[in-house]
Amino acid sequence: MPADVLLPTSADEAASLYGDGAGITVVAGGTILLPEIAAGRESPERALMLHRAGLDTIRVDGDRVVIGAMVPIAALADAPDRVLAEVARHVGDGEIRRTATLGGNIAAPAAADAQRGDLGAPLIALGARVRSTGAGGERIEPIEEFLAGDRTVRLVLDVQYDRFERRFGATSLRRRHAQSYSIAAVVACARPDGGDLRIGVSGAGPTAVRCRAVEQSRDASDVLIDVDPIDDAVASAAYRRTVLPKLVREALDKLALDELERS
Amino acid sequence: MKLIVNGVELEIVSPPLTPLLHVLRDELDITSPKAGCQQGGCGTCTVLIDGEPRRSCLTAVAAVDGASITTVEGLGDRGALSPVQAAFHNHYPAQCGFCTPGMVIAATALIERTGGPVEREDVIDALGGHYCRCTGYVKIVDAVMAASRGETDSIEDLPVSVVGEPEVQPKGSPA
Repeated sequence: MPADVLLPTSADEAASLYGDGAGITVVAGGTILLPEIAAGRESPERALMLHRAGLDTIRVDGDRVVIGAMVPIAALADAPDRVLAEVARHVGDGEIRRTATLGGNIAAPAAADAQRGDLGAPLIALGARVRSTGAGGERIEPIEEFLAGDRTVRLVLDVQYDRFERRFGATSLRRRHAQSYSIAAVVACARPDGGDLRIGVSGAGPTAVRCRAVEQSRDASDVLIDVDPIDDAVASAAYRRTVLPKLVREALDKLALDELERS
Repeated sequence: MKLIVNGVELEIVSPPLTPLLHVLRDELDITSPKAGCQQGGCGTCTVLIDGEPRRSCLTAVAAVDGASITTVEGLGDRGALSPVQAAFHNHYPAQCGFCTPGMVIAATALIERTGGPVEREDVIDALGGHYCRCTGYVKIVDAVMAASRGETDSIEDLPVSVVGEPEVQPKGSPA
């Protein structure tokens, strides 16, 4: 039975059609959903397609950046901040990045065999906030809280962060082929004087996680206080526990070098 | 829904969430985009959507309603191959040929975008999502670089075959 397809032409209409999300399957880029439908593992009854809902712009609003949920990951190459552009160019491959969206990248649940959502780490490091709608209406919350909650009952509208001068360090461990999910990825951002250090880790567990312990202590081995690595098809938990502190150390070193290059 | 496929406007009757790949292959009988992995991992279903290479297996047809789609069928014809097709003929980068349609489309988009000679790294980046299990990629990359330099001089030498009555029998073919 083909899905009943809803095609909102504005964000408000999308939010109203989504309601509390019951019985609705959201179609953003479709790069995760389409194979599930084609293989018969998903058969949506009511599909909310967002490509005409006007959520596809990157807006700089004073010192705030607002990125619509339907902005293709390829378009993040032109994001106003280097860190997002740098991480986005490692997601999938060029053809997937033109179809996949920011909203889908953070809202799609983790797969059984590999973790998703590479953009979680840079967005945590940028101190981003997610504006979403669902039961109880619209809300804006820090991305790490959005990721820790039940993402399947929220419709992401946009992601926002404040602009100020930042240095960043990003590092990841991945297999060499283009679409491989990372084994673990770390992004650290701070002000030029080293203040407001924020560190995000993605790929090591079901969601990206903020590493508050390392932000406080600046000791890379503290990453395992906040991150509890898991086993999946990409790597073992033991391997992730071994490499994560090294990746955090490398990200912090890159952050320091980034400062030196620009001072 | 409507699609403009290789320049022809067509009314589409497949359900809205049908992958564009299956609309092309099953509804329209356009079979150059191959159904490989059907989960975005192999690249052989790649087509141009409004000029940009994207995976047709990952794209719901309703999401590209009204768009212009180009497949290999829309690139050239017998005796007048496109520069990328000619380079693929000259440099022999196909063995089984299953990945070739996606490679040709992605390479066409790369050369269209750059408008001139491309470096090896550019090609590797542009074809990074395309799997070839036969050739080892070297001849594919060589072919794309040659096409980007406009090396299509031997197109005239291509054999022109007639459907059902090939003039050129490949070595080792039956009959």
